[in-house]
Parts: sequence; C-alpha cells; structure tokens
Amino acid sequence: MAKILSQKFYDQMKKLEPRYPNKVALLLPALHQAQEESGWLPPEVMEEIGEYIGIHPAQVREVASFYTMYNLKPVGKYHLKVCTNVACCLRGADEIVEHLEKKWNIRCGETTADRKFTLMEEECLGACGTAPAMMLNDDYHENLDIPAIEKIVAGLA
Amino acid sequence: MHPALEAETLYIQHFRRRDEARPLDYYLKQMDGYTALAKALKMAPDQIIDEVKKSNLRGRGGAGFPTGMKWGFIPKQSPKPKYVVCNADESEPGTFKDRDIMRYTPHLLLEGMAIAGHAIGAKVGYIYIRGEYTREAKLLDQAIDEAYAKGYLGQKILGTDFSFDITVHRGAGAYICGEETALLNSLEGKRGEPRVKPPFPAQAGAFAGPTVVNNVETLADVPFIINKGGEWFSRLGKVERSGGTRLISVSGHVKKPGVYELPAGAVTIRELVYDICGGILGDKKLKAVIPGGSSAPVLTADEIDVVYDIEPLMKIGTMMGSAALMVVSEDYCMVKLIKRITKFYAHESCGQCTPCREGCKWMEDVLHRIEDGHGREQDLALLLDIADNINGKTLCALGDAAAGPVSSFVRKFKADFEAHIRGKKCPNA
Repeated sequence: MAKILSQKFYDQMKKLEPRYPNKVALLLPALHQAQEESGWLPPEVMEEIGEYIGIHPAQVREVASFYTMYNLKPVGKYHLKVCTNVACCLRGADEIVEHLEKKWNIRCGETTADRKFTLMEEECLGACGTAPAMMLNDDYHENLDIPAIEKIVAGLA
Repeated sequence: MHPALEAETLYIQHFRRRDEARPLDYYLKQMDGYTALAKALKMAPDQIIDEVKKSNLRGRGGAGFPTGMKWGFIPKQSPKPKYVVCNADESEPGTFKDRDIMRYTPHLLLEGMAIAGHAIGAKVGYIYIRGEYTREAKLLDQAIDEAYAKGYLGQKILGTDFSFDITVHRGAGAYICGEETALLNSLEGKRGEPRVKPPFPAQAGAFAGPTVVNNVETLADVPFIINKGGEWFSRLGKVERSGGTRLISVSGHVKKPGVYELPAGAVTIRELVYDICGGILGDKKLKAVIPGGSSAPVLTADEIDVVYDIEPLMKIGTMMGSAALMVVSEDYCMVKLIKRITKFYAHESCGQCTPCREGCKWMEDVLHRIEDGHGREQDLALLLDIADNINGKTLCALGDAAAGPVSSFVRKFKADFEAHIRGKKCPNA
C-alpha cells in the first residue's frame, strides 16, 4: 500500500520512539501528528498508523474514537469549538452558539456547505476566568461576546 | 485591600509577564531557578520525602492527598522502571490555574519533577497535558529544550550520577483522563478508561512500573519546599494540615474573575467573593457558589461563611477539589445550570460502569424535561434515587462527581425545581 503519511510524520515518530518503553504509547502522538497533516483521520490513515505501530487498525479506531479531538469525519477549514460548560454558560456562551448557528444556518456539529466552517460545542477548555472561550483550529480566543466573534469570523478568509 | 492579599506568594508575581516565551533566563535570575535541584541532589531520597511530608503539601489536583505520603508509597526496589507523571489535564470545569504555571513558570514544574524523580528513584517523567492546551504544550517543549541545553535535564544532571528525562504527552479531549489511572492508560496509548484499584499507581502505574502521579501545582511547589524547608512551607498555610499557598481559579458572575494566590485557609468564601473578587457582577445578589470545580456539591448564599480550604469544606458536605470557585448570581436558572453540568458528565462518562453510564444520561434526560416544562412531581425523588444509585458504585470518582451536584441542587434549590414543574416552564423565561 502506498504511504499517505509524510516523511515528516515518520521523522517525528522516530524522534519520539526512544521516549517510551513501547511503541503502542506512540498512538496518541501519532494520531495528533497525522491529523495535523490531513485535517482529519480517514480510515486509510488509521490503517497506516496501525501498521507503523504494529497493532490492528480496529485498535487504532477504538482509541481514536474515545477522544473528542480526533476528527473521524472531515471538518471545515475553520473549526470553531465554543465552550458551553458552566463558566462559559454563566457568561453567555449559549448566545454565541445560537448566533453562529443562525448566521451560517447550521446546527452544532455541522459544517457549512462551502466547507469553510465547522461549528461545535466544546466542554470546558480551562479558560473559565476569561469566559466565554472557544478554540479556532488550534488557538484559543477568550473574553468573547457577539461583536468579538463577528470580528474574528470576518477576518477568516 | 484584604489582608490575605498582602501575605507572601510564590507564583502570582511571576504570572502575566510579557516575555513568557523565554522562561529560563527569568527563572534563573528572578526565581533562584534550579538551585533547589542542586540542593536536592545532595540530599538522600528519604530526606527529600521527609521534607515534603513536613511541608503539609496536599495534592492540588482535587483529592488533597498528602504528597509526601504518596511519594513514600513508592517501593525502594523495583524490577520495573519507576515514573514521575505530571497530571496537567486540568479538565475539571472551573479550573484554569495550571495553565498559568505552564505558561509563565514552566521550569518550576520541570525542576519539581526532577526532584520527585530523585526522591522516588525514577529516571523518566511524563507531562500529560490536555490536548486543547496546544500553546502550553509548545511552551513546555521549549522549556524542556532549554533545560536539556543547560544540563538541568538529561544525563548526569549538574555533574552528578542522576539522569532524568521529561516528555510532554498530549491528551486528546477527555475529561476522564484527569483521573490518574485513566491518564496512565491514555499515556500508554489506550482508551482513557480508569483501572480497577488496587493495584494503585505506586505499585503498578505507567507501563506497570511504580508511578507517582501529581498535579502541576503540586510538583511546582516542590522546589520552594526544598529551598526554604518543609516547615516554612507548612507555616504559609493558615489552617492545620494544609501547607503552602493555593492558586484559586474564580469564574462566573464576579466582577474580577481570574487566578488568585492566597495562603491555604486564609479566607472564607464570602471574603473571596466580595473582598477579593470585587463582588457580584452588576451588584446583583448571590444565588449559589460551586466551590471546587463542577464536581463539588453546590452551596447556597447562606453557606459562604466557611473557610475556603479542604477540611472546612468537607465538614459541610462539599469539597475544595482543584480550588475552582464558580459564582452564580440571583437571576441564573439553577435547573438550567445543573442540567448543563449533568450533560457534561453524561458526555464524559467512559461507559465502563453501568450506574455511571446509564445514570448520568437518565439524570440529564429528567433534568432536561424539567427545564422544558414537562417535569413531573415525582421527578425530584427520581433524581435523588438515581444519584443515590450512582454514588459510591463506580470504579472511579466520576460517578460521585455527577451524583453529588445533582442531589445537592435538588435538596438546596427545591423550590426552583418545583416552580418549573408546577408552572410548566422556567419562571425566569
């Protein structure tokens, strides 16, 4: 089977290998690295990770599906994860989610038809002192309100 | 200014710097960086553990277990390698203090881990950090590179025979991985499902080797203890059996949310809310506080004259947890709030134990229908019954963490629930 994952992926794994007593421990780092390259984790990618680590693809999927950060479906170019847990809720996170749902005419968990935005509700991000907070791809945005979110979204090409 | 704010602090003066990306220079110049490690490497491992015991340092992650005692459980001889694992999952809703330590003073954590390694005889440490903290993980990696380059980590540290390696391991979005045995499974490349205990991590933890799992703040406290002594650290605390300062995360309806550092047990919740955090947003009345992260049973506005520390809170049926205080003002719907909390636990239950997997979802459904105006009179008894059937009947504390809040909300804010049921809608709507 032709390799999908890049040389960078394999170089990164080679670097991490001596850090753990066995190869299975590389599974989470491998899934992170692969997702960084592909944006999500298609079955072929999980198969290749399984082959590299020496475990069955089902075992890769079993683990990947446990964690919410691993995308088992493709996501939009901009992945917005708005925290709606206690502290953010107390500070108005619900209104932000509602605003975005209306703006893009999608529900939480969905992607816009042009594949630009994916909107998700997120559990506590650990930014409760600067609530409401969200992640936009890998980055945190805090102290949000509707004008702030409008400004952020307007800046996304 | 409240007098507790004038007490000696260890961390807060070093937070919110602008040069967070170059932490080693700052650490060496401003914080006596790595002098505690040099001192610890001249001490016998037992001496270090004794000093930590004397300090009355209790775990900052939530359980409040005495750290020195935990280290003392690690067998001296072990055929398998031993490990120091830092729990940087910081997943308890309301908690955001460890993030500041990792951002601004990451070397404190690295130094604390190396000292712990010397004390228990481990050569390898892992920092298990929640996946969402990508920026903090990068800052830690940079700090680790700096420490290796200067010989504070790696082989033959500071010219001694002691070697210690640290690796940052990112989680991937699972609250349960803050539970130490779930964390260890996740570190090993498995689903983050808690293990059956015993064996405890001290006997068989990471990769089946004896393992100490400590919170970020707990480990970051260690260099201070070594440099200034266990007794000094213990005296920083204002209540018995609780040493040091506490980093307190305050969120919700207060004027000045954020991370505060106060001597352990120095203030009541009332002082914390009104004198230190500026009171309630919009000068509204206080409705409730959740004192120790969302797992802690709720307190009413009449219950806040309690000293904010481990034992006093335990005595009134709640907990300090990770020192995360969430404040709720008078006009927020308590049914909506507990439904949101319960939805979280239903989502985060790993599914291994039936009472937790099924019970959390049931509680969420019942709360949902009460919030929606379809609640029935018998639903409150039903909620208490489900909570009772979860409490104490699961492998890990997630079940209790879901059940305790539900029963406390139903008992203490019964009138709010009844108003929803009888009025067939939220009275605030």
